[in-house]
Amino acid sequence: MSEVRVTRKGLRGERPGREAIPGKTGDDARRWRRKGRAEQPMVPEPEFTSYYGKPVLNPPVWEARDIAGYLFLGGLAGGSSLLAAGADLTGRPELARAAKAGAGAAITLSLAALIHDLGRPARFLNMMRVFKVTSPMSVGTWLLSGYGPAAGVAAASALTGRLPRIGAAATVGAAVLGPAVAAYTAALISDTAVPAWHDGYREMPFMFTGSAAMAAGGLGLLAAPAAESGPARNLALLGQVMEMAAFERMTRRIGMTAEPYRAGRGGAYIRAGQVLGALGATGAALSGTPLVRGARPRRVIAALSGAALLGASAATRWGVFHAGMESARDPKYTVVPQRQRLAELSAPAGRPVGLPPA
Amino acid sequence: MTTIEVRIGPRPDSGPDGMDSYPGEQPRMGFFTDTSVCIGCKACEVACKEWNRVPEDGLVLTGMSYDNSVGLGADTWRHVAFIEQQRPLGVTDGDPGAGDGGASGADGAGGDGAGGDGAGGDGGLRWLMASDVCKHCTHAACLDVCPTGALMRTEFGTVVVQADVCNGCGYCIPACPYGVIDQRKEDGRAWKCTLCYDRLGAGMEPACAKACPTDSIQFGPLEELRERAATRVEQLHAAGEDSARLYGHDPGDGVGGDGAFFLLLDEPEVYGLPPDPVVTTRDLPSMWRHAGAAAATLAGLAAVSFAAGVLGERLGLGGRR
Repeated sequence: MSEVRVTRKGLRGERPGREAIPGKTGDDARRWRRKGRAEQPMVPEPEFTSYYGKPVLNPPVWEARDIAGYLFLGGLAGGSSLLAAGADLTGRPELARAAKAGAGAAITLSLAALIHDLGRPARFLNMMRVFKVTSPMSVGTWLLSGYGPAAGVAAASALTGRLPRIGAAATVGAAVLGPAVAAYTAALISDTAVPAWHDGYREMPFMFTGSAAMAAGGLGLLAAPAAESGPARNLALLGQVMEMAAFERMTRRIGMTAEPYRAGRGGAYIRAGQVLGALGATGAALSGTPLVRGARPRRVIAALSGAALLGASAATRWGVFHAGMESARDPKYTVVPQRQRLAELSAPAGRPVGLPPA
Repeated sequence: MTTIEVRIGPRPDSGPDGMDSYPGEQPRMGFFTDTSVCIGCKACEVACKEWNRVPEDGLVLTGMSYDNSVGLGADTWRHVAFIEQQRPLGVTDGDPGAGDGGASGADGAGGDGAGGDGAGGDGGLRWLMASDVCKHCTHAACLDVCPTGALMRTEFGTVVVQADVCNGCGYCIPACPYGVIDQRKEDGRAWKCTLCYDRLGAGMEPACAKACPTDSIQFGPLEELRERAATRVEQLHAAGEDSARLYGHDPGDGVGGDGAFFLLLDEPEVYGLPPDPVVTTRDLPSMWRHAGAAAATLAGLAAVSFAAGVLGERLGLGGRR
């Protein structure tokens, strides 16, 4: 249906190629006009525009069980290593044993989850080709390759009673690296274009380390005898407060990008975490007061609240994970904040690129 | 035996746009995709698939438009977007109001200042078609976050995944502010446009540009393309097509300018492009500082917890007796 005609004088009605003006056809082509009933657009016009409601970003391909699981377990391990070193220092052998075993198990499971989540698990060692500070995953790999063995040796030594000196050195090493292991995961997820993760990068590390403290303290309450679990209780309570405070601050600061933390799957996990955290903290506090009489009820309440605190930390991590996924899937969270940013920046000076002055 | 020249010492001038990872001799190559002449034929999609042996990823119709590949991904390196709009074409023959009746610019569509003509009256429909592709950013988040070094900057200033190194960690996927790179499920690795690295090495233009019948996809040295694009926008504006604007051409934007940039006829988000993309690693120094502070705080919390425990014992409050 080309309008180009071959004549003796050459081509007539030839289209102008890359010089073409939209809407202009060949020089003497007939004008094409549409009458009356035009097609209706498929998607009704929302407040922002998008391409058929399709996401702008490609959402992460990470599995919740692996990656949210790692966020939780990595925090638990890092926090527990601190607890273990403190327990060693202050002569609390049972708490130290529980914390070391917890850290060793959590970091082992973490490594398994991380490798399992790779598209090519057999190529795991390619992570060790380079060290890049621009990649939190690279930094984390090297961090874990120091922390993992230390936590493992500390746990093995504590459980078998062998090589106590090496075990003590490994405990110290794990305690030095532990906080970094618990905190870097916030940079890991924030260093993406996922709106709910990226926008919250200031508070996310505090939320994560608070959550790590809560989980490690919870494990201590669950596993250590009442006589030794005082510091674990303190750590859990402090952590719970820090996690809540950081979360509140973050959701207030980031505006509409905070929606996925309140609604949907992410919001449900977050709320579950808050309820469990409040219950666990209350129970933990109660178990440390003379209000509860008798060793056995105390122990039971401490263990239950410890479990609740562990659950709270896990639920929060799952909530953060799913909130990020949701914010990546909905183009609203990509387009609207960027539009606002442009509007704020370019008030008089920079009209959208390419538009002539009004 | 061939001689390989090895230079030791400081690198010569960094490349155009201050791309540090890129030496200056070979000009940076890129795409200028002029969507105003795109006819939606999808020859680019097909040529890309054929040349790069990209697997088939579904031959279904989406039902939303003539678009059947939906967006860029592991198996779609060129994607043609189709947008139908209830608004007039901005201009036709530079003689508005001549001939056809119903000439009216006041149909509320906005943006198009030029009085429409027959094609643009009430009920006028305009088709936007645009071939999207990896932007080959100056500051490429995918490249920054890749923990294996599989993503690299080539001598042409393009960004390429080395398939023999990628271990499928998936970090590049959410890092990309444009939603370009993705994981191939059956393979586990991340894939995207290579700007036909193999063809470039042999002095050939990329398959999509070669196949494009209207020169909507133009390949060449980036500097040259930018000049050509500026001229083209002026040409369209002079012709009354006020909605024409460039996207991704500005080295001052959040990603330092794209190696593959566009001429669009509407806002970027209409085409599924982010209006103001920013490379996520721009905030990374601050992220590290916050993470460091949070780690220190955690250590502090632990110290306080034990100090309080010890203090409690001294005061005879704790349960440890």
